[in-house]
Amino acid sequence: MAKLDLDQNKVKRCRLASVKIADSVDNYIEGLTTTSVERTILRLYGVDGVNSEEIPVPNLIVDQLNKADLLEAGAAVRLGQALLSSQLTVEDLSEAIAENKLDIIKLINNSNLNSNKVKSYMRELASNRAKKIKAIREKRDELQQEYPPGPKPWLYVIVATGNIYEDVQQARAAARQGADIVAVIRSTAQSLLDYVPYGPTTEGFGGTYATQENFKIMREALDEVGQEEGRYIQLVNYCSGLCMPEIAAMGAIERLDMMLNDAMYGILFRDINMKRTFVDQYFSRLINAYAGIIINTGEDNYLTTADALSEAHTVVASQFINEELASRSQLPPELMGLGHAFEIDPTVKDGFLLEIAQAQLVRQLFPEAPLKYMPPTKYMTGDIFKGHLQDGMFNLTSIITGQGIQLLGMLTEAIHTPFMQDRALSLENAKYIFNNACNLGGEIQFKPDGKIQGRADKVLDETVEMLEEIAEKGLISALESGLFAGIERPRNGGKGKDGVIKKASDYYNPFAEIFRKELVASE
Amino acid sequence: MSRDLTAIKPYGDTMNDGKIQLSFTLPVPAGPEGKEAARKMASQLNLKEVEVVHTKDLGEDFSFYIVYGQTDKTIDYTKIRVARATSSVMDYYEINEYIEENIGRPLRVVGACTGSDAHTVGLDAIMNMKGYSGEYGLERYPMFKTLNLGSQVPNEELIHKALEFDADAMLISQVVTQKDIHVKNLTELVELLEAERLRDKFTIVVGGPRISHELALELGFDAGFGIGTLPPEVASFLAEELNREINKEEN
Repeated sequence: MAKLDLDQNKVKRCRLASVKIADSVDNYIEGLTTTSVERTILRLYGVDGVNSEEIPVPNLIVDQLNKADLLEAGAAVRLGQALLSSQLTVEDLSEAIAENKLDIIKLINNSNLNSNKVKSYMRELASNRAKKIKAIREKRDELQQEYPPGPKPWLYVIVATGNIYEDVQQARAAARQGADIVAVIRSTAQSLLDYVPYGPTTEGFGGTYATQENFKIMREALDEVGQEEGRYIQLVNYCSGLCMPEIAAMGAIERLDMMLNDAMYGILFRDINMKRTFVDQYFSRLINAYAGIIINTGEDNYLTTADALSEAHTVVASQFINEELASRSQLPPELMGLGHAFEIDPTVKDGFLLEIAQAQLVRQLFPEAPLKYMPPTKYMTGDIFKGHLQDGMFNLTSIITGQGIQLLGMLTEAIHTPFMQDRALSLENAKYIFNNACNLGGEIQFKPDGKIQGRADKVLDETVEMLEEIAEKGLISALESGLFAGIERPRNGGKGKDGVIKKASDYYNPFAEIFRKELVASE
Repeated sequence: MSRDLTAIKPYGDTMNDGKIQLSFTLPVPAGPEGKEAARKMASQLNLKEVEVVHTKDLGEDFSFYIVYGQTDKTIDYTKIRVARATSSVMDYYEINEYIEENIGRPLRVVGACTGSDAHTVGLDAIMNMKGYSGEYGLERYPMFKTLNLGSQVPNEELIHKALEFDADAMLISQVVTQKDIHVKNLTELVELLEAERLRDKFTIVVGGPRISHELALELGFDAGFGIGTLPPEVASFLAEELNREINKEEN
């Protein structure tokens, strides 16, 4: 593999600054939980279902607890009190609440159980549920032994019809055509829903709702087609937005393999409150780590609003921050699908060399991460013929620099959600180039004083400078001043702020404890 | 060779050969029957001399075709009239000068992706300082004062912000068009403005990959811009239109 000569001292400085930055985030969210984290805990215990108005039971319970000022101790303890005093199972309790036959607040207020007894009961219940998630992870390992996934870069395509059954049809065809990974794009605006829709869905805008049932339907279809093709097909969805950790839990239960999850994306691009996002991302990543799910971070998005040439260092800086925050959720590097993109203006002279410099730089900075490489989108036009060629240049960059997760570009990117033939053409494009230039990266060297080395040095220099500046002023202030993607977000603004809750001194989240303990032990 | 503009045809490599290429997927497996189905499909589109030059099986009983054919239909180019938002596009300097000279103050513009639409790429291309394809966005123009509200802005909030900002114009971007959601969003905005008797207060412009000037007019907007629109086109329209509006009010 051709290598850049990078100043390791600067790389070290980047990581040191990131540690400082992550410390400031930890301090900022110390002692906080959120309504979404508490709903996640309920889901992990098996609370599910909706009432007659389609409001999910986890929302019903958490809203009632919050109103009654009972959430500070954590939903786990309250659920425990309700279960023990009613002698119901989680399923029966969920159903009774969905049918409005049971007042959980009354149940909790009337219970005078010893709190240690409640905690140990809930700890045992959580431990049993955690075992199930572990079994699902082991099932993935087994299946991947039997039907190994294709070689990297993995070919990643999206389906986005709005109808899960139509999605299944397209996903199955994509797998036949050689796709390794299928992502079901979410319906637009789902990230701002403060609940997770329920059941199979057939209507969506620009995508399909992420629901547990939809996950299950797609999982079954991909397992089936994967077995027929002799290749494990990975399934992706989004644990981002206001329900980030809840969707992480659903993904863990339905054996998703990857989830979009970024520490800052929601703040920047969806105007979600900072505290809410940081608290949610910590727990969601802990779940992902425990379930063995690869996260995909969203740095590529910076370049859809900011310039890929002048802002390249913001992508790398964000990758360092995402890496450090992810490792604090016990995510190992091989589960960190750090994101970046091929978004330099195609009219720039030697733009291809600059793309190689960036891709190779990121490859060497994060050697174990399965990097998620995003295709050109910003400069895609209605000229599908040129677009197909742009995607080809993107694929060539990827095979030279050894990227991990290749999100295939569509020649019709600027026009519509992909037609079946668009997906097939893009898979052909990638397969052709990945085969035809398979060992090119191993055959070439970068000139020590050449354009590629020079560009990488420049980006690394700017990254160190940016990270040290952020470490100095704190990540929160950096986000306020528009250092990422040119977007400014005030610390006290944003959606979902009301859902941030101070934990009481006797707060208890047994899942966080179990996950962390086991993950640390297995390191 | 002389061209008869009253009867033009697509040009392949010879005048009036009428050559057309198309590609599509059929929900049948690849094979002789699929190929024949593709040929018949093109024939039913009135193409002559149809050739299916490429067939590929897409799995799950789908197949892809690339087809050539020729048409004998002609178009009278001399009779074509297209609704255009602007008759002439000025450049960055001309636009600033034009506004300064004719209106004498910066124009105030609010932009938003409305409804559930989260795709700001089009709006940013027109509004952001950096602009698109080498053309500065409106933020960069000294004679525009802009407020970019970003994605997923409810129509009510847009109106509220536009009043607060004392805007002359609103720029709406709509990228997601599945099930005609954009038409619903756009219609709702016009209805809200009319209900509050504010329609005449703002010049309203919509842009997006599936937007045409014609569609925009039909929905009650003042202009519409489609794919590939650059900031100066929108800026020129706003300058000329607001000049008419503002100076009409004063007369």
